[in-house]
Amino acid sequence: MSFLRSSKLVYEYIRRDEEGNVENIIKALDEIDLDVKAGDFIAILGHNGSGKSTLAKHLNAILTPTEGTLWVDGMDTKDDSRVWDIRQRTGMVFQNPDNQIIGTVVEEDVGFGPENLGIPTDEIWERVEESLRAVGMLQYRNHSPNKLSGGQKQRVAIAGVVAMHPKCIVLDEPTAMLDPNGRKEVIRTIRALNEVEDVTAILITHYMEEVIYADKVIVMDRGKIAMQGTPREIFSRVEELKELRLDVPQATLLAYELKKEGIPLEDGILTIDELVEQICQL
Amino acid sequence: MIRDITIGQYYPVDSIIHRLDPRVKLVGTVAFVISLFMFRRISGYLIASIFLFTVIQVSKVPIKFMIKGLKAIFLLLMITVIFNLFLTPGEPIIQIWKLVITKEGLKTAIFMAIRLVYLIMGSSIMTLTTTPNQLTDGLERLLKPFNKIKVPVHEIAMMMSIALRFIPILLEETDKIMKAQMARGADFESGNLMKKAKSLVPLLVPLFISAFRRANDLAMAMEARCYRGGEGRTKMKPLVYKRMDYIAYAVMCFYFILLFTAGKLMGA
Amino acid sequence: MSIIIDRVNYIYSKDTAYEINALKDINLVIPDGQFIGLIGHTGSGKSTLVQHLNGLLKATSGKIYMNGEDIYDPSYSMKRLRSKVGLVFQYPEHQLFEVDVFKDVCYGPLNLGASEKEAQLRAFEALKRVGLNEEYYYQSPFELSGGQKRRAAIAGVLAMKPEVLILDEPTAGLDPQGRDEILEQIRKLHEENHMTIILVSHSMEDIAKYVERIIVMNQGEVLFDNAPKEVFRHYKELEKVGLAAPQVTYIMNRLLKKGLPVNPSVTTVEEAKTEILKALR
Repeated sequence: MSFLRSSKLVYEYIRRDEEGNVENIIKALDEIDLDVKAGDFIAILGHNGSGKSTLAKHLNAILTPTEGTLWVDGMDTKDDSRVWDIRQRTGMVFQNPDNQIIGTVVEEDVGFGPENLGIPTDEIWERVEESLRAVGMLQYRNHSPNKLSGGQKQRVAIAGVVAMHPKCIVLDEPTAMLDPNGRKEVIRTIRALNEVEDVTAILITHYMEEVIYADKVIVMDRGKIAMQGTPREIFSRVEELKELRLDVPQATLLAYELKKEGIPLEDGILTIDELVEQICQL
Repeated sequence: MIRDITIGQYYPVDSIIHRLDPRVKLVGTVAFVISLFMFRRISGYLIASIFLFTVIQVSKVPIKFMIKGLKAIFLLLMITVIFNLFLTPGEPIIQIWKLVITKEGLKTAIFMAIRLVYLIMGSSIMTLTTTPNQLTDGLERLLKPFNKIKVPVHEIAMMMSIALRFIPILLEETDKIMKAQMARGADFESGNLMKKAKSLVPLLVPLFISAFRRANDLAMAMEARCYRGGEGRTKMKPLVYKRMDYIAYAVMCFYFILLFTAGKLMGA
Repeated sequence: MSIIIDRVNYIYSKDTAYEINALKDINLVIPDGQFIGLIGHTGSGKSTLVQHLNGLLKATSGKIYMNGEDIYDPSYSMKRLRSKVGLVFQYPEHQLFEVDVFKDVCYGPLNLGASEKEAQLRAFEALKRVGLNEEYYYQSPFELSGGQKRRAAIAGVLAMKPEVLILDEPTAGLDPQGRDEILEQIRKLHEENHMTIILVSHSMEDIAKYVERIIVMNQGEVLFDNAPKEVFRHYKELEKVGLAAPQVTYIMNRLLKKGLPVNPSVTTVEEAKTEILKALR
């Protein structure tokens, strides 16, 4: 069953000059057709300005299409009366961890979403505890967010969304401001939620190493979907990725270069393990 | 330097004071501050001191945290002391050139200083033992009656709690911007007032832009988490008075009675 | 310009409950014209260390010598130090403030007492050197893309004509191509002007291609200080402190263990390819 579906989704930014006259119109999204099944782990790749963040904001009805339609769990995002249902069902995690944490204590921040939904007090406590446990931050429940590392803050932000019991989590470049350790923590958390809790995950990023676990990768360029397929399919098209201002993990790149020299390796090698194994079998 | 401001800095330990209902602490703090201006005799200062230091002891917050908070008002304190010291008419004790220190002046200066210091320490206890969220919750509940005359109490409380959350972040950012500009040869210290004000532009512009950006991001994040004002909202930590809170109110009453009787007794 | 760091210690919030020993007995010699990568995870002390080099932080104990002169000598001018050692911070948003890019770049030289004309000349030269397209010179710096902002910020420091250029995470938040372009530009600065460059980063892969020396910091101490090949040889220790060698290092080590005769100390994909081909044929 498809959870997210869009048909010919178009979004235009209108830039105005100081007098309010229209200067130019930028098509940030250009006829996007999307179909995401419940429980999938989807990665959306693209360089800065490719339209991937604009797409993310549509999934939570923060932005609505200029043309075309987007359905979230069967609801049209343009239907004003369903906005809050849509936002409860698809949670958002943003890039800057500091700018999305509202509470001054970790557990109070996680409780913010359920409070807004009007959940009874006892249940809020249960949800806060289970969400913090799910992201491995339960022991920090009484800490101030200011004292946490970047990765920990993002996990708190994820817990804040999980506590709203969404069916889908959209993460808009959640690792862009983190160091390698923080990035690993966050990706591990997302994978666990997707696999254990069966939450649909949509990860927007420009780090290629982070997408190898996804069920499907969508590559965006200039507001359009440029490529889509499994990570293996995508990573076998190294030249195209480079043209789209993206790069591939070193293992994939090395395999690709060796293949060009006539070494018989499979297409789209993703990990160090795969590469080492294949070379040794030669 | 910036980090020394204790306002809004919760000190996380577990104590009776920490566990009190924020409403008790708010009412208590206001009452204590008022009480400081109700007496003029030594007995009053003695009772207020005993009360204040007992509360500090019970709160388990190290006293040096409160003293740090005082640094912020040091200048104000000095001005008050100096004004009172030199400008109160009365019986002179020391005369330096044209400046006369009177006995009354000395007395008022000391007492004013104590009052100011106690005022800050009293409010610091509140902020050190109450999370900003509890504090705004408490305010929201106490001010709820004003909702009837169209005062947006919930919105004000939410604005306050967000401000409290972002003050440390913006202070840190200010520090970073200052360093970035100093690395480009900026000088924030020397020169006259005009030059100093001008040198702040390279600091304030990036700071404001960043603050607006954060505000924008935060508004979006709040909407994404279904925030739509106070209506229909439940509370994770609703405020319910417990036995300890009633006891605390009783202690406050006792403190006031003691102040009055002491005043009366000494007066008589 | 050579820098000598002699037993430098730095303690944050000294004599308070939050006391942190951010630098512990750091000894380093940075000769003229080197291209250095300074690596460590968040909180390892790398940012604290670079802030010492242009006097934004003062060592709790220890000495720093620039060309043999003690920078903590009262007669040593901090302004001069900051013009010699340029420091570009992580977020360009923290320093851009003027109405247009060109004016913003003039800010540094003007602070150093350059005349209006001299400042403009320097700004022009600096903007050329960072490869920012001329069409952006008179645009508001806030309307630039991430990569362009970064260039404008670097130009703002270059216009002060430093002999040492320190860049704190110059590629954070950029996409892969934006990252490569900036790093390439920095390499050019190094080669064409023979500048000493210190690149602060937490990504080994990014800088392995460029630098000739890597200094790894952990918990306020220098853990490794050597050529990239030598540092990556300790990939297991690097992992323990939350860092990682480039993927190729792992691949080569694994291949060697499986019996393929390759040299494990390569650092780039290109070198790895040559090694594997040699071993296979």
